[in-house]
Amino acid sequence: MRKVVRGFYAVAYSVKLCKPNVICAYPITPQTEISENLAEMYANGELENCKYITAESEFEAASILVGASATGARTFTATCSQGLILMSEVLINAAGMRLPIVIVNTNRALSAPLSIWNDLQDSMLLRDSGIIQIYVEDNQEVHEMIPQAYKIAESTMFPTMICMDGFKLTHAYEPIDLLDQETVDGFLPPYEPPIKLSIDEPLTFGAYAPPHCYMEFRYKMHKDMLNAKNKIEDVFKEWGEIRRDWGGLIEFKEGKTVLVSLGSLVGTMKEVAKEMGLGYLKVRTYRPFPYDEIREALKDCDNVVVFDRAVSFGYEGVLTIDIRNALYGESPNVYSFIVGLGGRDVPKEVMEDCVSKVLSGRAERYRFEGLKDFEEVTY
Amino acid sequence: MFFGKGHSACYGCPLPIAVRNVLEALDGRCFVVNPTGCLEVTSSQYGRSAWGVPYIHSTFENAPSVASGISYALEVLGRENEGYVVVFAGDGATADIGVGYLSSMLHRNDNVLYICLDNEAYQNTGNQQSSQTFLGASTTTTPAGRVIPGKTLRRKDMIAFALAHGTPYVATSSIAFPRDLRRKAKRAVEFVGSKYIHVHCPCPTGWHFDPSKTVEVARLAYETALFPIVEFEYGRLVRVKKIKRRKPVEEYLKVQGRFRHLFKHPEGGRIISELQRIANENAMRFGLD
Repeated sequence: MRKVVRGFYAVAYSVKLCKPNVICAYPITPQTEISENLAEMYANGELENCKYITAESEFEAASILVGASATGARTFTATCSQGLILMSEVLINAAGMRLPIVIVNTNRALSAPLSIWNDLQDSMLLRDSGIIQIYVEDNQEVHEMIPQAYKIAESTMFPTMICMDGFKLTHAYEPIDLLDQETVDGFLPPYEPPIKLSIDEPLTFGAYAPPHCYMEFRYKMHKDMLNAKNKIEDVFKEWGEIRRDWGGLIEFKEGKTVLVSLGSLVGTMKEVAKEMGLGYLKVRTYRPFPYDEIREALKDCDNVVVFDRAVSFGYEGVLTIDIRNALYGESPNVYSFIVGLGGRDVPKEVMEDCVSKVLSGRAERYRFEGLKDFEEVTY
Repeated sequence: MFFGKGHSACYGCPLPIAVRNVLEALDGRCFVVNPTGCLEVTSSQYGRSAWGVPYIHSTFENAPSVASGISYALEVLGRENEGYVVVFAGDGATADIGVGYLSSMLHRNDNVLYICLDNEAYQNTGNQQSSQTFLGASTTTTPAGRVIPGKTLRRKDMIAFALAHGTPYVATSSIAFPRDLRRKAKRAVEFVGSKYIHVHCPCPTGWHFDPSKTVEVARLAYETALFPIVEFEYGRLVRVKKIKRRKPVEEYLKVQGRFRHLFKHPEGGRIISELQRIANENAMRFGLD
C-alpha cells in the first residue's frame, strides 16, 4: 500500500508490524513524533502484547528496556543527540550484556551551542560502544530497515541502532510503500532469547569480571561484532529476495573519483556523481565497519572524496578516519570535506565545488566546506 | 540456596543477613535487581555468583528502571505469576545517584519491591558520605578535622520521599530484627504496585566497630530512636516498633569509630545534642516511646 507519510510514521508503522513487547522513550526533537505515533497506536489498542511506557529521561527509557530485554521481551526506543548520549551509559552496558534492543536515532547535532538540527556527531560518538549502526538514505529504507534491524539484533545479540537524519528524513513527507503484517511475520519470527531471566533457570546477568576474565568477554564481543557482518549481509540478502534489494554493507558505483558518504546526504551525492560522471560509495553499515568491502571498492581509484558530518576534534572528519584506515597502503588520495554541521544545508553546488577543488588539485587533506566569514575570538 | 554460596562480603557484613532473610521469606521466587555497590561486587563475580535466583546488575543508578522493565516484560509475556521483582540497593544508589529513577518507578507505581540496604555511606569505594550518612559521622569525604566535625548535614528522609509518591507500602526495618524484616517482605508483596522497605545495615568496616557487634549496633540505632522502625500502608502509619526504655544517643555513638571525635571535638557537644533532638523528634513523630 502506497501512502504519503512523514518519516516518523514510516518508522512507527514498521515498529508496530514488528510486534515489540515493550516500547519506552522520552521526548526529544526531532524524534518525538515517532514515540507520539506509537503512543497513539497504543492508545487505540493497535499494539498487541505490548506495553508503552513514558520514561522520565532517555537514561531511564534505556534502563527499562535493559530489564525488559533481559526478561525476554522484544524492545524499541527512539532518541537522538543529548538523549542518545544520556542513554549511552546504559546502551554500552546493554551491548556488553548482549541485549538486542532496537534503537532509531534521528541524528541531531550535540550541544554546545545548542542545535536541534541535523548532523551525525551523536551516533558517531557511540562508534566504539558495541552497538550495530546502520545508516539509511531515505524513509523507504528506514521503513524496511526496521524488521531487518530486529532480525540482525536478535541473531547477533547486539543492540542495533538505525540512524536516520533528523528533520531531513523525520519531517519529510514521502510516498512510502508500506509493509504489510504478513510480509513482516513471514520474515521476522517471534523473539526467542537464548537465555533470559527466569525463576526456573536462575542466571546472573551483568556479572562483575576481574582482570582474569574481563578481556575474554571483550574479545568475544569484538569477534562477534566482526562476524555480525556476515549475518547482516544474510539478512539484507533475505530481505532482497522477499521485498527489495537495497545492496549489502555498502552500495558502490565505480569511478576514477569516488564520492563517499552515509545517511540522507547520499541522495544528493548520487545525483552529483551522476551529473559529473563520478563513482560513489554509500556506507550502510558503519559498525561493524565494512573494511574489506570498502578497501576492495576504492583501492584502484584516483581520488576518494568523503563528505563527513561529524568531527573528531583535533583530528579530522570521523568517517574519513575510517576510510583512510581501510585504504592504508593503497594509492588513492583521500580528501575530507566536513559539511552540514548543525543542519547547515548541503546543496549540490557545495558538493560540486568540493569535487572541482579535488579535480583541480586545490583540495586539502580536510576542510570545513560552506563556512561563512566570522570573527574568531582568540583564547 | 537462594543466596550465600561464594559471596565475599567482609566479616560482620549485614547485607547477607538482609538478603537471605528477604529471599527466604519470599521462597526465592524473586527476580533480583542489584545496582553497583558492596552487595554487587561481593556476590556477582563471574563464575562464582552467590545468587540462586535470577539476578541482574546493570549500572549504579538504574536499578529501579531495570526492575520496572522486568515487571513490564513479565506482565506482557504473561509471566507475572512467576515471581516478584525485588531490588536490593545500597543507600547511595537509592538516595543519591539513582533517586530520580526511584522517583520515576514510584510515580508509575510499578509492581516492584524496592529494598534499600542502608549502610549510610559508599562503603564499596571506602566509606565516602552519602545523603544517608548521619550528622556528625566522619567519612573519607566528610572527615572529622580540626575545624569541621565530620558530616554537617541531616539525612535525606527517604520514608517521606517514598510516601510522597503515594507508594502503597512503605516500611523500615533492621538487620537486628530478622523476623520483622521477613514479615515485612511478605506483607509488602501482598500489595500491587510499588513497595519500599528501608533496612538499617550497620557496616563494621566503614563505621569502625568490631565485626562481632553488627547486630548490637543495629539494635542500638533502634533503641536510641535514631533509626525508627515503622510501617505505612496506603500512606497511613499502621505499626511502629515501640522502644521499651529509650537510650540516650551517646550509647549508640560511643561504640562506633566514626563518631569518636564528637566526644572531644569543640563542636562535638553541639552535634550530639542535635542528634538527640533528631531522636526525640523521631520518637514524637512516630510515637516510639
